[in-house]
Amino acid sequence: MIERNKPDSIKDLDDRLRRLRERKDGNKPAAKWDDDTRGALGVAVRVGVELVAAIGVGVGIGYLLDRWLDTTPWLLVVFFLLGAAAGMMNVYRVMSGMSQAVGYSAERKGSAENMRDDDDNAPRET
Amino acid sequence: MAEKHSPLAQFEIKTLLPIHIGDANISFTNSSLFMVIALVAISVFLIMGMRKGQLVPGRWQSMAELCYEFVASVIRDTVGNEGRRYFPFVFTLFMFVLFGNMLGMIPYSFTFTSHIAVTFAMAMVVFIGVTVLGFVKHGFKFFGIFAPPGVPIAMWPLLIPIEIISYLSRPISLSVRLFANMLAGHTLLKVFAGFVPALGALGVLPLAFVAALSGLEMVIAFLQAYVFTILTCLYINDALHLH
Repeated sequence: MIERNKPDSIKDLDDRLRRLRERKDGNKPAAKWDDDTRGALGVAVRVGVELVAAIGVGVGIGYLLDRWLDTTPWLLVVFFLLGAAAGMMNVYRVMSGMSQAVGYSAERKGSAENMRDDDDNAPRET
Repeated sequence: MAEKHSPLAQFEIKTLLPIHIGDANISFTNSSLFMVIALVAISVFLIMGMRKGQLVPGRWQSMAELCYEFVASVIRDTVGNEGRRYFPFVFTLFMFVLFGNMLGMIPYSFTFTSHIAVTFAMAMVVFIGVTVLGFVKHGFKFFGIFAPPGVPIAMWPLLIPIEIISYLSRPISLSVRLFANMLAGHTLLKVFAGFVPALGALGVLPLAFVAALSGLEMVIAFLQAYVFTILTCLYINDALHLH
């Protein structure tokens, strides 16, 4: 992203223009967030936050439902486990580069991969 | 002097101009002051930078254009062309967080992004906005986001609550990430700075470390603004491209 903005020669400018034009009509959703650009610490912090946030939400929902329905502590236990599961799932998604997509589907993943393949093919053919 | 300054003193909210309306305390604090400073700085930076609007940009104009292009390319890469109409929102968010983080790097200033109240408010705006956007675009089909296709119906009672919790955890992880990074970084800087007078002549070592750490903090300040922006874009993308 940054290197694109470096000052460059006319030839480079030509390349850039072409790339920009290509991109203009290409509608390309669900690019994944490249983890390589950030350090291991960044990934670790991200994973930790993701896990804790989901567990926190689960516990919060469980606690409030318990207070409302007078079922202490059963819903808290259930929602804690669900929250932990959601946290694990979030972490899995972060690590496997499926962005943040809640409710990603096999279909969608496939289409995203096709999209990426198309992108790979395009420069080779030109 | 050293004992009076706790590493956390820098995050204290000080009321500058008390305003109370009914029970609501809407006093003008140092946090509000720095938000105003950030807004003014952004406006000056962009408006003055683009005032001449030269074809071959000078340094200042280049920086303003760089910010614009950076956010534009993030939106293009994550959302695609449909994301263009959300550019003003995303750009505002990015500049506000970036300037908040960067202003915090100036000694004696206040980092408003190190307060969960600020980051959580921004995250909630994003979260509610994206949810409304999803409903406007897809109506009740938006609920389909919670039930991934290809999953047997028997699994739904288990999976849907998990997906809902996962969805609801978005604003929390979004806000906590920014707030925790800024809080931890600034505390660390202050703690190591506290070693400098305490160690006397040997204080050169922590001083060098603080200098290096300040550089790292600059990177984190930018990176966290970037992360906040790109996650917002990913959420917008999720709401737009439902499958």
